[in-house]
Amino acid sequence: MAAPWASLRLVAPMWNGRIRGIHRLGAAVAPEGSQKKKRTILQFLTNYFYDVEALRDYLLQGEMYKVHEKNRFRDKEWIRPDKYGHFSQEFWNFCEVPVEAVDAGDCDINYEGLDNLLRLKELQSLSLQRCSHVDDWCLSRLYPLADSLQELSLAGCPRISERGLACLHHLQNLRRLDISDLPAVSNPGLTQILVEEMLPNCEVVGVDWAEGLKSGPEEQPRDTASPVPA
Amino acid sequence: MIRRVLPHGMGRGLLTRRPGTRRGGFSLDWDGKVSEIKKKIKSILPGRSCDLLQDTSHLPPEHSDVVIVGGGVLGLSVAYWLKKLESRRGAIRVLVVERDHTYSQASTGLSVGGICQQFSLPENIQLSLFSASFLRNINEYLAVVDAPPLDLRFNPSGYLLLASEKDAAAMESNVKVQRQEGAKVSLMSPDQLRNKFPWINTEGVALASYGMEDEGWFDPWCLLQGLRRKVQSLGVLFCQGEVTHDKAVVLKRIHEVHVKMDRSLEYQPVECAIVINAAGAWSAQIAALAGVGEGPPGTLQGTKLPVEPRKRYVYVWHCPQGPGLETPLVADTSGAYFRREGLGSNYLGGRSPTEQEEPDPANLEVDHDFFQDKVWPHLALRVPAFETLKVQSAWAGYYDYNTFDQNGVVGPHPLVVNMYFATGFSGHGLQQAPGIGRAVAEMVLKGRFQTIDLSPFLFTRFYLGEKIQENNII
Repeated sequence: MAAPWASLRLVAPMWNGRIRGIHRLGAAVAPEGSQKKKRTILQFLTNYFYDVEALRDYLLQGEMYKVHEKNRFRDKEWIRPDKYGHFSQEFWNFCEVPVEAVDAGDCDINYEGLDNLLRLKELQSLSLQRCSHVDDWCLSRLYPLADSLQELSLAGCPRISERGLACLHHLQNLRRLDISDLPAVSNPGLTQILVEEMLPNCEVVGVDWAEGLKSGPEEQPRDTASPVPA
Repeated sequence: MIRRVLPHGMGRGLLTRRPGTRRGGFSLDWDGKVSEIKKKIKSILPGRSCDLLQDTSHLPPEHSDVVIVGGGVLGLSVAYWLKKLESRRGAIRVLVVERDHTYSQASTGLSVGGICQQFSLPENIQLSLFSASFLRNINEYLAVVDAPPLDLRFNPSGYLLLASEKDAAAMESNVKVQRQEGAKVSLMSPDQLRNKFPWINTEGVALASYGMEDEGWFDPWCLLQGLRRKVQSLGVLFCQGEVTHDKAVVLKRIHEVHVKMDRSLEYQPVECAIVINAAGAWSAQIAALAGVGEGPPGTLQGTKLPVEPRKRYVYVWHCPQGPGLETPLVADTSGAYFRREGLGSNYLGGRSPTEQEEPDPANLEVDHDFFQDKVWPHLALRVPAFETLKVQSAWAGYYDYNTFDQNGVVGPHPLVVNMYFATGFSGHGLQQAPGIGRAVAEMVLKGRFQTIDLSPFLFTRFYLGEKIQENNII
């Protein structure tokens, strides 16, 4: 495979349509020494004859299109809907491409709708920010994604409470969890501490645990909280 | 033409028989009604004392189609489904009679509130699955105009059942049945168990089954209040009183139920078509009032309802170094169980006593020595962090324990044909209440079970001696 810096340069001629940088291209595509001699003859011809240049350009464009298609998601390109909310038809061409990240923020996804997300076995990042129908029951369904999920964001979901967060312990590969701004969580500071204990390898973002402590040395720390009245 | 068809001796008799006295159907006592109407007319006429205008608003109505004895979660669930499945709005008049409106001794409010699908019988699994989906969509089922939505405080943390060597094979076959019915249960070896829950001591554990979805615990009080609110909005009448007498004619049908008002001698006879016995731990007394069990033993008349109250203790303790937020409801090989309560390192749990240790169910006093001797050692063995704990409080509640096979009784009595049972669930009545309510309502309205077939749970099994044993009772 060509080196990463080569891919950037592959993109440029497609958009410009200009042939200017083709000398550098030639060097990038085939850095092998054995083909150097062939390359120099081709270079020489290209420099002197417009027809050869145009032909080479045409062939190279075909190659680059194929490579570009294969590497389409190398830079983690997001597929977004257009202003009417429709996705482009080209989406269907990528049925076999594994989905790595889903941004379902502000969606109306609910318990039954999660069926569709749970089939994505290579999902690494899931964002359920501000989803108004995602509640504790939905969080208990996320365990099939345990092998691959590394990033989860639940910020701003009004129905999630600390009871739902307890079932995130199945997601042992989680590296980043965002639980900020959850209005239904009764004690955000304490919940943050408990979730951090539950997921030791994960960076839990969202609540500053010290905000639960009142200022003043006489206040006891909250993790041995008062007993439950019978 | 017709005379020739009829059997010879009966011809004249059939045509001359008066309506209302035909055998086995019509309970309207025409002569009695006529005399009552005459009495009422006489009292309206001038010169007589008029007692028509007495205030009877505190009494239950004189007629009701269905009388549900017992206003706990099972009784209210039956009332809800009767109203939901009736063919025309307002078709069925339902009266719920509850002795104690504070529910101080009712099993519902004192329950630990767990729901799980890890049973050995497919019917139990289906009931729990349906109840889980009911609870999940509770605000669609029990929505009342202008009332706030219900917050069940459901913890989806699951149940973890531990099995020793000798129970491991049974657990595996149970899990197979559970998976077939659609429950999501995973089996874990001791090593996997240690990986997942480092605070467990896996000594003596050969296999564990862990419910991944639709299992956990919730607030039973909220469910009860939600059902009450919805059922009242659907037009079901409530009455605080005690059923003291069912008039049954030689074990055939119940014609009326006498409801005695609280703290007074006043009673109201409620004429009814169907009586539903959802009295929980006291179902046997209600059944005995109808004459169930009065007869020579070994016959169908002599088969009593084998449900009796059994006292169970629940203790709440505080343990700062205990298991974390992910703790499921753990049921040990010894029968001891515990779960986390809230964010503050509090746990609650208990253990079912053996037959010899059964406490006296006369009152709800708590025996703290039971915790010291019988519960704590098992907990401390299983979770070493529980060696240092401090009991904060405890309470006791009743199981409506079915001494025959620890499974519920659902459906009509074969002889007293209009008494339906919905009781005897021995500790898992709360979690199966929505499913059972629907099954009983289907039986009452349509004559058979439609969605979940609970025919193994009928009363006749007590007479026939067919036990359907449920192995996973906590």
